[in-house]
Amino acid sequence: MVNHQEMSLGSPAGPGHTLAVASARGLPLRTRTAIAAGRLAAAASRLSKLGNGGVIGGRAALMLDPDALRRLGQGRKVVLVTGTNGKTTTSLMISRLLETLGPVAANGDGANMPDGVLSALAKRPDAPYAVLEVDETYVPWVAERIQPACLVLLNLSRDQLDRVGEVRATERELRAAITRLPDTTVIANCDDTLVTSAALGASRAVWVSAGQEWRDDSASCARCGQAIRHEGSHWSCVCGFSRPEPAWSLVDKNLVAADGSTIPLELQLPGRANAANAAIALATAAELGVPPELAADRLRSITNVAGRYRRVNVDGHAVRLLLAKNPAGWNETLPMLDQGVPVVIAVNSQEADGRDTSWLWDVPFERLRGRSVVASGERATDVAVRLTYAEVPHITLKDPLDALQGIESSEVDLVANYTAFRDVNARLRA
Amino acid sequence: MSGDSEVRLGLVLPDVLGTYSDSGNATVLSKRLEWRGVPATIVPVKLGEPVPSSLDLYLLGGGEDEAQALAATHLRAHRGLQEAAARGAVVVGVCAGFQVLGTSFVTSGGVEHEGLGLLDATTRPGERRAVGEVVARVDSLLGDEPLTGFENHQGTTTLGPGSAPLGEVVRGVGNGDGSGSEGARTGHILATYLHGPVLARNPALADLLLEWVLGEPPKPLALAEVSALRRERLSGVRFGHRR
Ligand SMILES: [Zn+2]
Repeated sequence: MVNHQEMSLGSPAGPGHTLAVASARGLPLRTRTAIAAGRLAAAASRLSKLGNGGVIGGRAALMLDPDALRRLGQGRKVVLVTGTNGKTTTSLMISRLLETLGPVAANGDGANMPDGVLSALAKRPDAPYAVLEVDETYVPWVAERIQPACLVLLNLSRDQLDRVGEVRATERELRAAITRLPDTTVIANCDDTLVTSAALGASRAVWVSAGQEWRDDSASCARCGQAIRHEGSHWSCVCGFSRPEPAWSLVDKNLVAADGSTIPLELQLPGRANAANAAIALATAAELGVPPELAADRLRSITNVAGRYRRVNVDGHAVRLLLAKNPAGWNETLPMLDQGVPVVIAVNSQEADGRDTSWLWDVPFERLRGRSVVASGERATDVAVRLTYAEVPHITLKDPLDALQGIESSEVDLVANYTAFRDVNARLRA
Repeated sequence: MSGDSEVRLGLVLPDVLGTYSDSGNATVLSKRLEWRGVPATIVPVKLGEPVPSSLDLYLLGGGEDEAQALAATHLRAHRGLQEAAARGAVVVGVCAGFQVLGTSFVTSGGVEHEGLGLLDATTRPGERRAVGEVVARVDSLLGDEPLTGFENHQGTTTLGPGSAPLGEVVRGVGNGDGSGSEGARTGHILATYLHGPVLARNPALADLLLEWVLGEPPKPLALAEVSALRRERLSGVRFGHRR
């Protein structure tokens, strides 16, 4: 494998699939070389199991050619998807919808930093569409280079404060970045006051009322700091900052267009948050020419997202895998958990998760009282302490798959944060 | 305690000083009281609302710069917290809450704000953000139980003679002024940079605060999960000699 890649790198004029890539896009030699080098690094990373090959490959390519992202984004319609929660799901949904128009490059592996974005573009250089989820802190950097057709803003709330930083700083950076995107349509959730503040300066905005349950980060106005007043679905501040009129509204599980026409979503994916993701995906695809009825139909065929929501059989248990990695995510996940079904909570604190586990105290775990609960993951003990103070009886077992062993019920919900989920998913696929 | 048998715990401005999950400290204190048969209520005091002076204990958590300035302005205008402190109520500040309790703080934009002056502490932005696990050695105040927590702050805090540090940093940054100190205390006003939340990870500190409220040490309360968490967080830390 490595040899093949090395040949492409060493002889850029020779035949090989790297070259096919380059000629198709008319890329300069430097970019072609960078991509080839990136592929070599990706192959090496897969071989040595360093991690996700896409990420390492993109990093090497970007080092060799910092302009690669701009070149690879050129001449196609790119959709960037960002927000604290729902990036992967919404990106998958938009990809599925744009596939009705033509081939789509996508980072469905969730590698959402610049190198992962670059890898996704390099893998499908001919695709006229690209749907890329981007970590919210990297959106300004990526968007400036790619100048996307659409930027999708889902929601903003506290997440990994030690890595991402404070959410209001993220909002300010997104706000500034959006004013530098003259040709980008921003599709934004107008029920999220921070998202609205960031998107208000867009040259063109499509507002979607997709709901926002979590309000602990938006009690005060992003523009002036005073208290936001909510009246029904409308919100406003005394400074004049207020909710724009939505073009699309999620009402129960239906999407209502500005003209009043209603499209039932009838998703297979559970939960309010996924209906919100679908509403925004549908609005984005409509912007690019996918008819809403056709879009809704396609969204109904999605049953899992990168392993999430799927049920797997583990030692006779039907285990449903769910991802929740911050308070807002947990807030949406708790109502999905079926009464009477035991819950395994797996929490890690790798860099990608955030090293600080304090956020567990913003999750209303008290709602799990009466269920059988297992605290697991690298930070199982932190979960156990939180459950103790929530007066939720539990057992503690660091390995989430071991945790399943002692459970009697045939059904189990396993809720894990980012790397805990990734690890469980990989072990169950192996 | 204020007359009746119920302990009233003030959660001060959770809407602006709640970013770092420090409201968990209120949960910890109320449960540690309830489990010992002492009824407790958490009283959230939100931005724009008057601050009652009648509560037994006040908790101020971490927040963002702008929010912290708003909090300080609000608390200077409604003096319930200062009145309560003057009659001996317990006040606990974490991170931004620590800085607000001091005499002044400078936010990262370079603007100086007046604090509440309950601690002899001034805060300026540091060169680097301090992020990570902290272990601090404390004196007999906490029965020699080291403090463990997670810090995430830009500010460096210098204490004046009116306040004593809470502990001495063994791992992490703490006050960050070069003295190696962590936190501050003046009488029943206590502050720290540690999240976690700090009282979930440090039951001896939680019980010290409750002792101040109740006027006597609370009954022993052993929680296996909490002991296990302390073992994990403190493992591998070498304490060396006391200076
Ligand atoms: Zn305002």
